[in-house]
Amino acid sequence: MRRERRTVTSRQRLQVVATECVGPYTLLRVERGRLDPGIPGQFFMLEAPGRLLPRPMSLCLAPAGELAFLIDPIGPGTQALAALETGDSIHVLGPLGNGFRLDVGRPLLVGGGIGIAPLPYLAAALNGPRLVVGFRSEWHAEAAAILPDHAEVVVDPILVTELIEPGFDVLACGPEPMLEAVRAQYPRAQLAWEAPMACGYGACYGCAVEIGGEWKRLCVEGPVLSAAA
Amino acid sequence: MLLNASGCLDALTAPETARMLDAFVTKTVTPLPRGGNDPIRIAETDVGMLNSIGLANPGIERFLAETLPFLRELGVPLWVSVGGFSAREYAETCARLEDVTIELNLSCPNVDEAPESAAEIVAACRAATGLPLYAKLSPAAWDIAEVARSVEAAGADGLSLVNTLRGMKLDDELRPVLATGSGGLSGPALKPVALAAVHACFRATALPIVGMGGVATGRDALELHASGARAAAIGTVLFSDPFAPDRIRQELSAELATLGLSSVEQACGIAHGETLPERKHLDVGSRLS
Repeated sequence: MRRERRTVTSRQRLQVVATECVGPYTLLRVERGRLDPGIPGQFFMLEAPGRLLPRPMSLCLAPAGELAFLIDPIGPGTQALAALETGDSIHVLGPLGNGFRLDVGRPLLVGGGIGIAPLPYLAAALNGPRLVVGFRSEWHAEAAAILPDHAEVVVDPILVTELIEPGFDVLACGPEPMLEAVRAQYPRAQLAWEAPMACGYGACYGCAVEIGGEWKRLCVEGPVLSAAA
Repeated sequence: MLLNASGCLDALTAPETARMLDAFVTKTVTPLPRGGNDPIRIAETDVGMLNSIGLANPGIERFLAETLPFLRELGVPLWVSVGGFSAREYAETCARLEDVTIELNLSCPNVDEAPESAAEIVAACRAATGLPLYAKLSPAAWDIAEVARSVEAAGADGLSLVNTLRGMKLDDELRPVLATGSGGLSGPALKPVALAAVHACFRATALPIVGMGGVATGRDALELHASGARAAAIGTVLFSDPFAPDRIRQELSAELATLGLSSVEQACGIAHGETLPERKHLDVGSRLS
């Protein structure tokens, strides 16, 4: 049965506290306002100035009184977000979707490229988990600065999946080929997926993915899914 | 009166948003379940957004058994959007419905069309149900006023104007972004198209009109009312703001007050600048709670 499954929490106009360059990415820090930072792996819809649709971003860090998001400026929306300046304000909706389950014994956090975005907040919620992350270039790898010091970093052509050892509970976020590779090895892994979405709260059906032979909305059922799903 | 455009809101994931509306319009229901089109299904453009969802829905059986009972609990009047691939499919789905208003989706740009004309589909549905029937028309018709007259003659109780227009976006490699190539264009680009369609159909028929297309502010809603819409529906704006209905209502009230008008009814049709004959009444249904 399709019971009510409330997704919309809170939407507020928040002021930009600061923006910081980390390699090719921008760490966008906004005031927290009344918004709940949510569970690691959950996401927020960020108003992209001058664009029609907001952009989904998982929470990267939750410093006191702030929410921070890692932006990869690859299109007009993310470029508008990366161009924000201290004192500007944007509407933020969230937290949305399902985050990572934190009841894991031996967590191993795996990230690829901009997929490292939710890992700092996730690492803070777990007790000093092992982290392995991969990037396509040394420049991109500068983003590892936002991760705990003990994170292991590899750069293309070495693949991050080569660092995964058996016996861990894998929590991963990254490009689709990386997630598929993790899924093939670790059916119990938790994977954070990405899809184009207009709304983030189940209204547009744009982010539908096929799970168990049925199309499901990633924003409502995910973005974190069990690898076995 | 403010409604949502079909396919732009799931009342079960956003019940608070649905309750801000005067009626909730469902995503289109077809006789059989449909998974919808392959991704990528949506794309933003400089003037609006494209979607090619492909009428994803659980089919009428599961809709009646699993979705409708929960929608009833919202306490908001329900409009069910009905789709099909033949007049018979539309009519059979209409016959299964009770205590709702029906909006016939005669104009989805993302799936194959039924072979019959809009008027033939309306006539088949009219024979199958006594429920109020709204015909949702495509603004791509060469003469939408003529289509409006034909569905009025076939027994429609009202018009929903307009559906999306077919459009396309190319990526950096000059390939279509959407998996289906083209999709339905909505948002700001659609507003002038909607105004023209409402304006033309208001003059062509006596049917009440729900106007939609690019409504993002109270001013946008006011303009649709002025063109002849009794009610306005919002779609794409909901994607960026689930609280848009309350905001648009407040803005519309302020716009009306500025003009010295006490109600939407007084604004209805004023763009025509002349006295027009008595119109049929639009009733979105009474609140159930």
